[in-house]
Amino acid sequence: MSNILLWSLVILGILGGVAAVILFFVAKKFKVEENPLIDEVESVLAGANCGGCGFAGCRNFAEACVKAAAEKQSLSGLNCPSSDMSKVAGLLGLTATVAEPMIAVVRCNGTCENAPSKVHYEGADICGFANTLYAGENGCPNGCLGLGDCVKKCQFNALHINKETGLPEVDEDKCVGCGACAKACPRGVIEIRAKGKNNRRVYVACNNVEKGAIAMKNCKVSCIGCQKCFKTCPFEAIEMRGNLAYIDYTKCKQCRKCVEACPRGSIHEVNFPPRKPKETNVEQPNESKE
Amino acid sequence: MNPIKTFPKGGVHPEENKLSSDQPIITFEIPKQVIIPLGQCLGAPAEPIVAKGDKVKVGQLIATAKGFISANVHSSVSGTVNKIDEVMDHTGYRKPAIFIDVEGDEWLEGIDTSDTLVKDITLSSEEIVERIKQHGIVGLGGATFPTYVKLMIPKDKKAEYVIINAAECEPYLTCDNRLLLEKPYEFLVGVKVIMKAVNAPKGVVGIEVNKMEAAKKLDEIVKGDKYFEGIEIQPLKTKYPQGGEKQLIKSVTGREVPSGKLPIETGCVVVNVASTFAIYEAVQKNKPLVYRVVTVTGKSVKKPSNFLTRIGTPANMLIEAAGGLPEDTANLINGGPMMGKSVSVTSFPTIKGTSGILMLNEKEAQPREVSNCIRCGKCMQACPMGLEPYLLNRLARQNNFEETEKHNIMDCIECGSCEFTCPANIPLADYIRYGKTKTGQLIRSRNQK
Repeated sequence: MSNILLWSLVILGILGGVAAVILFFVAKKFKVEENPLIDEVESVLAGANCGGCGFAGCRNFAEACVKAAAEKQSLSGLNCPSSDMSKVAGLLGLTATVAEPMIAVVRCNGTCENAPSKVHYEGADICGFANTLYAGENGCPNGCLGLGDCVKKCQFNALHINKETGLPEVDEDKCVGCGACAKACPRGVIEIRAKGKNNRRVYVACNNVEKGAIAMKNCKVSCIGCQKCFKTCPFEAIEMRGNLAYIDYTKCKQCRKCVEACPRGSIHEVNFPPRKPKETNVEQPNESKE
Repeated sequence: MNPIKTFPKGGVHPEENKLSSDQPIITFEIPKQVIIPLGQCLGAPAEPIVAKGDKVKVGQLIATAKGFISANVHSSVSGTVNKIDEVMDHTGYRKPAIFIDVEGDEWLEGIDTSDTLVKDITLSSEEIVERIKQHGIVGLGGATFPTYVKLMIPKDKKAEYVIINAAECEPYLTCDNRLLLEKPYEFLVGVKVIMKAVNAPKGVVGIEVNKMEAAKKLDEIVKGDKYFEGIEIQPLKTKYPQGGEKQLIKSVTGREVPSGKLPIETGCVVVNVASTFAIYEAVQKNKPLVYRVVTVTGKSVKKPSNFLTRIGTPANMLIEAAGGLPEDTANLINGGPMMGKSVSVTSFPTIKGTSGILMLNEKEAQPREVSNCIRCGKCMQACPMGLEPYLLNRLARQNNFEETEKHNIMDCIECGSCEFTCPANIPLADYIRYGKTKTGQLIRSRNQK
């Protein structure tokens, strides 16, 4: 009995030893010379392969960074939204140009209360599929379908569907603004906007392009294209895209006049300090995390 | 009659529920206003050629086809164009449509509105195809593929069989059955017209054995008249999807359409019953496609009926005429229960592809709990195309569309047999349909490069 055990160990040991020697020499002979910087750069990246940089994965991005540093001595055009670019630049002996932090914003407030369901959907839980079938449980052909294609795509666990509202919510601390969710959404409800000064943002929480009368029927807080905000804005930051107002975040000075002007409460302000008591009529945004 | 035939692989047998098969076709009243959507066929929507305020007559061309796969749209009533606006169709999306206020019932000159049977086919085969194209005939089984495209046989191919799909394998629907019983002569002349158009020596009417009355009637007429020589009535086993194009060809001829190819590869042209009747009217009577038979049915519906309806009649009028929307309606379906689509509004206009309006009651449409796949393989046995639905479902969920293509997802005919048979109630057909669209996009983008 012990003999069998012994022989097995000896034979396997010899085999292992021979294989190790062969592998050692093969590895030496066929070694691929690679810039060790690539490994170092990759190690400081988030490693989520989110695609926010525009490359297929973190390794490809690291390679591109090392290549750009060697050829052009700059990292212009290369930005990883989910990690610290100054660390990458430091490794490559450059100074980083800090890009403006971005965040995903859900431009729909068609909650169960604001836009009650008229029908009940049963079937595959893929927004991309439901979008081809019908307009949505609440009848809005541009709003959130609530089946969570964006949640499935998020590599940072920054999105989840709020059961009460039926809408996705963005975790501001976790979201890096890579844009995977925006790409996944078949209706373009999610937009990547600048995080803003002190995390403060003003945006139109609606994606509707239908005429006002139709939008009113579907949802209590839909943008109806009345242009009141457009006329109010002193900085020309608001443009009308058909029946939908759009606030350009590069021009917006966050004066919040449009929020007051909107008769439908579809413009949201996030992370602002509370207003004076007399202006309590302004609806508190759903997404704020005070 | 020939012995009963069927296709060998897969298929299911749902409860037939042909509640309205004894109800004669009722010519439905012309509504006060019709809404005629511009996108009524597979492919590009038509382009309107009338403007607000124009007077139109029945059968007048109001929108022309745009592109190769597209069909003309004709006015189904006489009256004034009220507006060209968007209307909520059965999906809940808003689509462009022509609204016509009805005044009288005046037909365009040159259209034979009498009931007399015209047997002599005077047009040549090219003229027949052209007439079918002009008169906007599409596949009326539900897929609404422009019929003229089917009838244009490539030069290097030869049509041997014209197969008429009279299987009506969808449960509940009875519109084709009624048409066969009430207009058998017109229908059979239609078959002759198609045979002449594609120059085929044989015509086969494939009909499921649950419609034996119609089959016997047709058989008697064919055997009793020399004129109908070349037409055969082929009884088929009652099995879903017997009326699938590829299944029907396999059942009738034993030939198999190669993957990714068209039925003409096997020398067959398949046309639906309602389309055949429409072709008869278009070619022999010069009548464009302005009406069709719609089955309005459901277990809780008071009077399940078959209505001869003008295109553009709002669905809620038909539902009203069948005894109103039952209180326990849980699911309203445009089409049959297997391949039809659930709708979210009752006011959608009936179009060329509306073969039925089905109201499922709460008991039938009970939400079923979805559990995990246990790899039992029932879906594989049920798939008439020999695919692996459980695998395609998994790959589609993983968004792995290179793999779905390798596993022949594009051969799926979306019949829903897999979903019907799944003991875990997984919406397999939904996921596969999603995978199919995405794989199609992938293939197209690759071909463009």
